[in-house]
Amino acid sequence: MSTGTVFMPPRHYLNDGYGIRSWLLTRDHKRIALLYLAAVTLFFFVGGAFAVLIRLELATPAGDFVSDETYNKLFTMHGVMMVFFFLIPSIPATLGNFLVPIMIGAKDLALPKLNLASWYIYILGGLFTLYALIAGGVDTGWTFYTPFSTVSSTTNVIPTALGIFITGFSSILTGLNFIVTIHRMRAPGMTWFRMPLFLWSMYATSLIMVLGTPVLAITILLVAVERLFHFGFFDPRLGGDPVLFQHLFWFYSHPAVYIMVLPSMGVVSELVAAFCRKQVFGYGFVAFASVAIAVLGFLVWGHHMFVAGQSVYSALIFSALSFLVAIPSAVKVFNWTATMYRGSVSWQTPMLYAIGFIGLFTIGGLTGLFLASVGLDVHVTDTYFIIAHFHYIMVGGTLMGYLGGLHYWWPKISGRLYNEFLAKLSAGIIFLGFNLTFFPQFILGYLGMPRRYHAYPPEFQVLNVLSSAGASILGVGYLIPMLYLMWSLRYGKLAGSNPWGAVGLEWTTTSPPPTENFAESPVVTWDAYDYQTTVTVES
Amino acid sequence: MPDVTHHPALAHQFDSLAQQSEATTLGMWVFLVTEVLFFGGLFATYAIYRGWYPDAFAAASHELDVTLGAINTAVLITSSLTMALAVHAAQLGQRKALMVFLAVTMILGAAFLGIKSVEYYHKFVEHHIPGPSFQFEIRISPNDGGNPPGKLADVELLKAHVQIFFSLYFVMTGLHAVHMVIGIGIMLVMLWLAWRGTITDEYYSPIEISGLYWHFVDIVWIFLFPLLYLIGRHAH
Amino acid sequence: MTGHVLPKRIYYTIFAILMFCTLLTVWIAFLDLGPLNTIAALTIAVFKSVLVILFFMHVKYSPRLTWAVVIGSVFWLGILLVLTMGDYLTREWRHYG
Repeated sequence: MSTGTVFMPPRHYLNDGYGIRSWLLTRDHKRIALLYLAAVTLFFFVGGAFAVLIRLELATPAGDFVSDETYNKLFTMHGVMMVFFFLIPSIPATLGNFLVPIMIGAKDLALPKLNLASWYIYILGGLFTLYALIAGGVDTGWTFYTPFSTVSSTTNVIPTALGIFITGFSSILTGLNFIVTIHRMRAPGMTWFRMPLFLWSMYATSLIMVLGTPVLAITILLVAVERLFHFGFFDPRLGGDPVLFQHLFWFYSHPAVYIMVLPSMGVVSELVAAFCRKQVFGYGFVAFASVAIAVLGFLVWGHHMFVAGQSVYSALIFSALSFLVAIPSAVKVFNWTATMYRGSVSWQTPMLYAIGFIGLFTIGGLTGLFLASVGLDVHVTDTYFIIAHFHYIMVGGTLMGYLGGLHYWWPKISGRLYNEFLAKLSAGIIFLGFNLTFFPQFILGYLGMPRRYHAYPPEFQVLNVLSSAGASILGVGYLIPMLYLMWSLRYGKLAGSNPWGAVGLEWTTTSPPPTENFAESPVVTWDAYDYQTTVTVES
Repeated sequence: MPDVTHHPALAHQFDSLAQQSEATTLGMWVFLVTEVLFFGGLFATYAIYRGWYPDAFAAASHELDVTLGAINTAVLITSSLTMALAVHAAQLGQRKALMVFLAVTMILGAAFLGIKSVEYYHKFVEHHIPGPSFQFEIRISPNDGGNPPGKLADVELLKAHVQIFFSLYFVMTGLHAVHMVIGIGIMLVMLWLAWRGTITDEYYSPIEISGLYWHFVDIVWIFLFPLLYLIGRHAH
Repeated sequence: MTGHVLPKRIYYTIFAILMFCTLLTVWIAFLDLGPLNTIAALTIAVFKSVLVILFFMHVKYSPRLTWAVVIGSVFWLGILLVLTMGDYLTREWRHYG
């Protein structure tokens, strides 16, 4: 590895002001990224606490730990917290915020005030949702299906809906900022096809945020208005159609899955290139696959509604379109594998996460094909098969990518190295714990165990106990990185500008970078992942 | 090209005012995309229920005041003209004309909201606000032409469907009005910027992007007017 | 700056056309054209919007990226409308089979 002289730069974004105002009123995308990091971590552990309670209840067949009503609230709050307050902002708002300007050689995002505003909006939405939680919770499931959410439920639907409505705007503003920045702020010479693939995936993600989120906003608003003022939009008593709610909801919420997983794919592209010391195989294909996923993602939402009463012809079209998403996804997986083939792979922590992602995402993606086919989907709808499938995508995919990226760029963010042994250990624990938690759920679902019940027949207990045991291992796996990363902030070895010997503009500036990112604005004359020429120059 | 790198309005992350203006303009356009889809959810809802309940929509639409609606359309189009002229004045650095056009735009926007509240008041008096106190008398005979077999609405059913129309009417026009209020607030800020002399022929992108927003809100109304006020008018 | 200064008379011309179209759309609404009423109303509305977008919003004189953004937003609105309506328009098909 290229070490060179390792030093802590005298002036960097972390020591550019220490007061509370210098953080809470900062316009620096890197500090805002850290504000987001703190907030999403908080929400992750809140959401995680609900998961712990869910798995505790499901350790035994009888509903003996919490009541059925409490259980409904537990899985709802778990879903709401994890989807809207952790998974969606996780990579874009933290790593994306930190890296997008640096990777294109800019001083900041195009609209820094808007970036700070988006954090406050996120926090405001979070507070509403936390209020709903403290005031007694909400029991509709994270999907807010009508008419239950508008007519029947007696829980805090409105504050939760408002929280999600508000948070949506932070997502929109982040996406808007990235789109404008990538279009208008690239350094001289940084053409579209010299951009790191992480930026392509951020761009594709931003498109979905901008195009999808407003539809969720209006849908949630309609639910709130119908509930508050007894207006009629989805209410069958007035001739409304609850299925229309599902159309509008999934118009956003299916693409939202790609808001969660595309950024992870971008991270994995970076990791695979850096730890195999190779240009990503088929760069153009991987880049366009991101955009293709973003676009195709908008054409498939009906596969969530195969049993909801939509027309069979519509279901057929949605089914066929859903299969198409497999193509760009597979392009990515094959190209990462082809990159690793005959690369000089170094098995450091971020690479472990990348490998974990590729494997788990493949399982999640292939089981997605089961769900895209109408007949099979009818069999497993609302069973644990669905739960297992989307946790393989969201936890096995998104979270693996998030942790991999966090470990890869942590030296850049903090200027310090973490304990590699503990990091590898916890990566292993997470991988094991994850599979133990969720693989049994595929079997449970296929055998017919429905989701969203707090009790189940005794013959499902063995698999459920395995799942709960896995969840506790997974929980430990998440706590360890929290500890050693915090520890490294103060005691970690200095990282130097480029601890991995990787290429990319972010590794050419100091760790941590100065507030204006680069001592001199860079001029780019090379392609992304140019390991043939660049590495020899560096070492 | 004069050296504009030290222009007071140039933010630190940009190299030039041109880059800054391009970036903020693009930002506004992207924001308008989100607005299109925000209202798009409403238009989709509208399309489905109008397709299902054409009679109820026609009957309910007759309760709206076409004259007021048409006047409001004209008011809004005029405000779009003055907005365009405001941008024009800003481009030429005509500070006084800019301030006049901004003020006129605001006044027209306020007039629109005034007329709108008169209409809302009428609907309130007539109990046409959906919910428990909703009342509706059918004044035109239901036209069974557009009904699929088995769906011919009896009077009670028709009244229920009329509530869906009014729910959409109030949410669509209400959200449009909220956008108008925000627009007037933006114009107030622009007026202040113009008065302070911040806006020059070198730096007028705040006026330009506020104009984009204003015109967008106008476009929403251009669709709302025929879709809400002009359904089956010939049946009278 | 990047702006393209249009002569004022273009704005006045567009304004006149928009006002005329408003009168036209009201007038047409009171004629009985059957299903064509809705089509006419929407066509006029689309025409008016295009005028506003091209001239008042200066898209005619804007970079291709702006065109892409405008067309993209309409395209995505189309996805929402077409795929949702696709369900509603085909739900009844079975009954006529």
